[in-house]
Amino acid sequence: MMRKTIEGSFAVAEVVRDCVPDLVACFPITPSTHIAEELDRMYTDGQIKSYTAVESEFSAISMLVGGSAAGGRVFTTTDAQGLFLMHEVLFAASGMRLPMVIVNANRAVSAPLNIWNDQQDSISERDAGWIQIYCKNNQEAVDAVPQAFKISEDTLLPVMVCMDGFYLTHIVEQIDVPQKELIMKYLPAKRNAQYKLDTQNPISMGMYAMPKDYQGFRDDLHLDILKAKENVKKEMEAWGAVSGRRYGNGLWEEINAEDADILFVAMGSIIENAELAVDKMRAKGKKVGIVRIRCYRPFPAEVAKAFVGKKKIVVFEKALGFGASPPLYTDVSNAVREAGLKTKVYSIAGGLGGKDVTVEHIMEMLARVKKEKEPFQIVWGD
Amino acid sequence: MLEIRLHGRGGQGAVTGGELLSKSAGAEGKWSQAFPKFGVERRGAPVESYCRISDERVRLHQELYEPDVVVILDPSLMDTVDVLAGLKKGGIVLMNTKLGPTEACGKKGRCFKFHTVDATAVAMEKLGKPIVNTAMMGALVKVTGIVKLETLVKEVEEHFGEKLGKSNAEAVKACYAQVK
Repeated sequence: MMRKTIEGSFAVAEVVRDCVPDLVACFPITPSTHIAEELDRMYTDGQIKSYTAVESEFSAISMLVGGSAAGGRVFTTTDAQGLFLMHEVLFAASGMRLPMVIVNANRAVSAPLNIWNDQQDSISERDAGWIQIYCKNNQEAVDAVPQAFKISEDTLLPVMVCMDGFYLTHIVEQIDVPQKELIMKYLPAKRNAQYKLDTQNPISMGMYAMPKDYQGFRDDLHLDILKAKENVKKEMEAWGAVSGRRYGNGLWEEINAEDADILFVAMGSIIENAELAVDKMRAKGKKVGIVRIRCYRPFPAEVAKAFVGKKKIVVFEKALGFGASPPLYTDVSNAVREAGLKTKVYSIAGGLGGKDVTVEHIMEMLARVKKEKEPFQIVWGD
Repeated sequence: MLEIRLHGRGGQGAVTGGELLSKSAGAEGKWSQAFPKFGVERRGAPVESYCRISDERVRLHQELYEPDVVVILDPSLMDTVDVLAGLKKGGIVLMNTKLGPTEACGKKGRCFKFHTVDATAVAMEKLGKPIVNTAMMGALVKVTGIVKLETLVKEVEEHFGEKLGKSNAEAVKACYAQVK
């Protein structure tokens, strides 16, 4: 145990360093800035091999593509407009099957300009072909980074670790930061790339695909992302064995769910507020529980097992699906339908652009869902 | 759980003050969170930072609305910021001022426990600068007893390094002794 009092961002930077990246390239953007700054300082102090302060996020992700294609372990951090500037290359990275890790410090997107937390940024990249993992606290963020490298390198799929901006990145608290010795028991010290750019053994990557071939590549990518669910589960077990910490089965986590009538379903740091709300409501005899989606892509439709026999589910999310239902609600509803369940699914979007969602708010949400017979779709607090 | 709100001006070290307190709690095996008011900070503008200290791991991920303790690093904030907003009944107010607790309290503050210390004078004497965060944390430890003085002193010395660590530790101890 190496519990210390440290800012979430700095703890993440320490773990990235101790995963021994070959290449780090960042363009700082609030609220991910402290991670980038700390890695920059570590490079200056000779603690990591490489750090490039690039001139844009487009360049950051492009450097990662090059570094990963050359067989390296590569990392960057960003959020919001920064992630969006990477948009085109995110698809190239997954299509070229290049392992890499982004820590995304979830932030609202423009316009209006807003630097505070929601999850519209990474949610809007859900179809980029990346694995996405949402952390509920800083402890999980530092535990997720080594897993992300391992999953990424084993599956040849890029991984995005999502941590809520400010709510996690800017909190100074006690974190058991995994030390290098521990990480090296879990993660190979060097990436072992089966295919890489090598002048002694030249290959081409990211080639042209004619209509007869293109669809097959895309379908393969889709099927492999679905298969990656097994890797996410396996690595939760493996990391748990090394660190002693596990977060559900890696794909989702059930908290007080078994005997609950109403389930609160969400992602990210709001989960721990929900835990406190559920504790308070259970003390008054209310049968409420939580199912946390940890892995958003690939989406674990098997989570429907946790919904069997439940009367109602309320999906809370910090993103909208403009012109349609909110994204997480849509996935959860689909899982319920595919499993043939009759559970009613309610939708609440909220916490957008840093609008605070408190323990009391979650208690009010659950009370309202209990009261209303027919499912609704609302934005909380407006 | 004890929830503390620090009011200062950008550059006075309200954020660092909260962090030092959070680290001291961590060093004593307690659980804590320190965080700034999320946003953009400017030198001289009113700023807030927060600290939660508990015997259990703090799972709250929300802003702090109803503090048990309010610390005012700059008395001029009294005219522009509602520093007592949300303070729990019977809560503690610790203010940096030359005035005594009864004079500083005024009508609005009567339902709270008021403490004052001339941290600016202490900071000028020990540091040669009106940066009062460490001095005020010394006074805070005295009036709340939330961590031991020696724990805070050790964290301050570690944080500021050899030269500044010593003078800041002296400011901590002086305000610990002087707070009324």
